Amino acid sequence: MEPVLEQILNLQHISYTYHTLQGETLALSDISFSLKKGEFAAIVGPSGCGKSTLLSLICGLLPCTEGQIKINGKPLKESTTNVGYMLQHDELFEWRTIYNNVILGLEVQHALTARTKQRAHELLDIYGLGDFKNARPSELSGGMRQRAALIRTLVLEPELLLLDEPFSALDYQTRLQVGDDIGQIIRNEGKSALLVTHDLSEAISLADRVIVLSNRPATIKQTIPLLFHLEHDTPLNRRSAPEFKNYFNLIWKELNEDEPNVKD
Amino acid sequence: MNRMSKTEIPAASGTNITSNASAISTAASSSTAQRTFLSKYRLHKKFVAAARVLLLVVFLSVWELTASHQIIDSFIFSSPSKIARCFLDMVADRSIFLHLGVTLYETIVSFLLVIVFSILTAVLLWFSKKLSEILEPYLVVLNSLPKSALAPLLIVWLGATRTTIIVAGMSVAIFGSILNLYTSFMSADPGKMTLIYTLGGKRHQVLTKVVLPSSIPAIISNMKVNIGLCLVGVIIGEFLAAKEGLGYLIIYSSQVFKMDWLLMSICLLCLFAMCLYALINQLESCYLKRNKR
Repeated sequence: MEPVLEQILNLQHISYTYHTLQGETLALSDISFSLKKGEFAAIVGPSGCGKSTLLSLICGLLPCTEGQIKINGKPLKESTTNVGYMLQHDELFEWRTIYNNVILGLEVQHALTARTKQRAHELLDIYGLGDFKNARPSELSGGMRQRAALIRTLVLEPELLLLDEPFSALDYQTRLQVGDDIGQIIRNEGKSALLVTHDLSEAISLADRVIVLSNRPATIKQTIPLLFHLEHDTPLNRRSAPEFKNYFNLIWKELNEDEPNVKD
Repeated sequence: MNRMSKTEIPAASGTNITSNASAISTAASSSTAQRTFLSKYRLHKKFVAAARVLLLVVFLSVWELTASHQIIDSFIFSSPSKIARCFLDMVADRSIFLHLGVTLYETIVSFLLVIVFSILTAVLLWFSKKLSEILEPYLVVLNSLPKSALAPLLIVWLGATRTTIIVAGMSVAIFGSILNLYTSFMSADPGKMTLIYTLGGKRHQVLTKVVLPSSIPAIISNMKVNIGLCLVGVIIGEFLAAKEGLGYLIIYSSQVFKMDWLLMSICLLCLFAMCLYALINQLESCYLKRNKR
């Protein structure tokens, strides 16, 4: 076990139950893991197992039924660490320009200063959206929109990034490119990240560690560290590395074990 | 415009590009097929415009001619020339401006109050799910109630004053307006609302950053309906409790059998409604233009 200070995120025995008129459902059961600073972990699991719920808990959008979440060693409620959350869809507002979309988080947090504005411009320039600051979201391609959404998250300078299937709305080719793009951006900025996905190859190409969840109620089945011997360790290079296939098979087997009829 | 003959149209189409075609006019030089398509489109537009004017001209001339040849009784049906003369007389003694002004004032005030109150109420209902569930049946009942039934009540309660008429105008529009706005507030994209929460926003920021901006088109189309409804309410109010205004003019002239006055008032009311509607349309196109940079 690493010293607590090194951990940006620590989950202890997390359970979550949600209630509807039809009854109560246990979605997550006794989930414990932690994430080191600068680490990129991926969570995979069958669809509907509560992967997104887990991110909502970490972001504080939902209260845990049981257990405790600590960020930078502090309980979630007292934590002042900025947590960035990237959603499945880019959710860019059509009535705002790209620049105004990017500074939305700053507006909401009342953090709009000359310095943060400058930072927004810099990020847009660095990541190839400099010419589109005054464009409307509908004028951008899917990949560019996703990059704008990432900048909107990064400009808040989060220490921890939560990614909820951020590429699933893109077509396959764009998805590979944007995955590569965004993976490298996150590494460049030295952020810790937690990615939720049902796409195994995406998880393997991006993460340092894959956490496999079981069917509902989700528990952690296995944690698989990923090691690639590559000169340029980028998501796209990983896909053609020999280790990729082995990891894929390993995780695939882990997911489908004692579940003969997996629905997706 | 109405004098335009068909032979003029092909000649005019080269120089005079209609507003709708201007967006694609750059393509006009591309091919013969494109040019034929464009000129066909322009011809169609001109035909529609000419037919509209023609319809009015034919209607007015038939009315005028049948009245002057005593085929219809001009005492009952009046005639365009009598209406015009009556209008000019009232312009000369300035009495028409009073009536127009009063109705305009009452309509605008009740319209503005409806907009303000319905947005505020819809926001309140959006904030509190409990409140909206409690109030829903009442709003539905009030909305389906024929509001003209309220007017006599308002006169007794508020007296035969302008306030009564403004309240009557509001009563026609406000309940439907609240329900419509509330529905559009509730249909704001849940993903965008989640986004605000993930950025660390609170519920009031969801309102100002997502719900209100995404509801602006709905608010404008709501305004279009409301301006007409307020006018209806104001005219009903003036029928019952006024000494000036177009509604008063209509009811008074029917009582003293001055059909010229009555028909003139109705014509003015038509123009009036058209102008108010055009005003909101202008507002809408301003909004759309600004949003497209």
